[in-house]
Amino acid sequence: MMEIKAYSRITADKMVVNGSTVYSSSDGENINLTDLYRHLGIDYPKFFKMDNLCKAGFLGAETIIRDAGMDTVTPKKDCDIVLFNSTSSLDDDIAYNNTIEDDANYFPSPSVFVYTLANIVTGEIAIRNKIMGESSFYVLKEFSSSIIYSVVKETAQETSANAVLCGWADFLNNTPDVLLMLLQRTDDGKIQFTAENINKLYR
Amino acid sequence: MMYAIGDNIVCGLGFNTDEVYSSVRRDISGVKRCEGTFGVHEPFMASLVDESMVDDVFDSLHNSRSKSLCRDYTKFEKMMIISAQNAIEKAGVDASGRDFRFILSTTKGNVDLLGRQNTDSDRVYLWRSAELLSEWFGNTNIPIVVSNSCVSGACAQIAASREINSGTCRYVAVVGAEVLSKFIVSGFQSFKALSSEECRPFDKSRTGLNLGEAAATIVYSSDNEENKGNFAFCSGAIRNDANHISGPSRTAEGLFNVLDTLTENISSEQVAFINAHGTATLYNDEMESIAISRSGLNEIPVNSLKPYFGHTMGAAGVLETIISSRAANDGIVLGSRGFAQSGVSCSINISNMTKNIPERGQAPYFIKMLSGFGGSNAAILLKRVL
Repeated sequence: MMEIKAYSRITADKMVVNGSTVYSSSDGENINLTDLYRHLGIDYPKFFKMDNLCKAGFLGAETIIRDAGMDTVTPKKDCDIVLFNSTSSLDDDIAYNNTIEDDANYFPSPSVFVYTLANIVTGEIAIRNKIMGESSFYVLKEFSSSIIYSVVKETAQETSANAVLCGWADFLNNTPDVLLMLLQRTDDGKIQFTAENINKLYR
Repeated sequence: MMYAIGDNIVCGLGFNTDEVYSSVRRDISGVKRCEGTFGVHEPFMASLVDESMVDDVFDSLHNSRSKSLCRDYTKFEKMMIISAQNAIEKAGVDASGRDFRFILSTTKGNVDLLGRQNTDSDRVYLWRSAELLSEWFGNTNIPIVVSNSCVSGACAQIAASREINSGTCRYVAVVGAEVLSKFIVSGFQSFKALSSEECRPFDKSRTGLNLGEAAATIVYSSDNEENKGNFAFCSGAIRNDANHISGPSRTAEGLFNVLDTLTENISSEQVAFINAHGTATLYNDEMESIAISRSGLNEIPVNSLKPYFGHTMGAAGVLETIISSRAANDGIVLGSRGFAQSGVSCSINISNMTKNIPERGQAPYFIKMLSGFGGSNAAILLKRVL
């Protein structure tokens, strides 16, 4: 049985970590991920190269991995990353398409193109934390706690992972929608990993 | 274990598996030089699927369907539906059943709609493609999209095995599909990853990859009903390099870990061949040779099918699994077209000739291997049934 050791939630106007609001945007404004990065006091220059989906997923992961005191330096084969969203990499797809649409202004950029894959966010989190287990990305029409639960459960069962970083990571129209959870095989009275609890943390 | 009871390939070489496999056996490639295609300035080499043929085949399916399903389908949607329908007919199962699920493997789906006006705004979403696929067959289970870069086709089969092994579903159709567009071709050009000639995987003179379009479907079942199975899926593994988002690990860490897990309970003598990713980029092929060598699998014959189909991204793992299964059942290892002299640092067993599988009786297994952006690596262990 796995438990939710830590979780983070980023929505249009705030970030919540383990139930506590750690950052809110100014009135009526959407959250700015670079402001959030600075507020959290993270030092990782690669952040600035990332597209919005990766930035959102990275910040979600960073906070809970730090909070849980997880070792981020030693290569870990026993940790998986399983993420889901609805819009895939559409935010960056639109950005890349803008560089090729107009023949008079045709500048396809490899540094924008590389982010036009949904799973790059799993790679960015894996690199930062030396996570070398399974990394998977799935796309669903909408958030589904039951599918997230069953896919993650089956994954961890097969890989025998001791920890799983999983959840929802989406970004479109200047709006992040992130729920990341760090699961561990512990039994210390934390939140059990169930579809019902995933749903509670998301709503 | 799950059994492949129906399959199909739609690609530049044909619209069903037999046709496509027979072309490969005759050493025919679908890769051609494209000039001015999709409004891309520089010429490129790719295997394209003829759009008017897709329209004709689709219209013949469409006429037998209810009016409610009539809409303007895109080439991508038509290809995935044609492929799924053909495979499901071969499997002879009811795709509308509660025990049947669709898993779509794609990286970019209908991304070319971004450049067009007056289209349904939701058609560019990958989940919408999967929904159209399920709706076509009257299936009401939520379809799952696997979008894990170029390893998606193996990941989708692994996801299917988890659905089936957990008892959630009895049947899963894994549909891998990808079409090309200015979006994709210009992106690979910006990476300077494309070869101006036919790609030559693992060869000393390789200069990059060719792209390709395809839709390929495998219908998996929990049991080998009436021995309809063409091959069996045994296990799979997905591992991250945790090294770089657009370049493979120099020590092949992720793919080595994949092969290590996959061959835990079998010996290398039991593996008839490894169908590599073999994109013919300098880094990919080198990394694969390191992974194979580190795993002690140097003696196993290795091939790449990319010179026949180009790199079909989200479809590659599904398409190449099907072709490899036909070869395994025929007792042969297909040659790596265009390979002459090894251009990788580790000594592995690559040949440009199609050969019989030595000690065939002892080697019922074959491996399909993939690697992609985001540090992802995957491979699956399959077993012939003939």
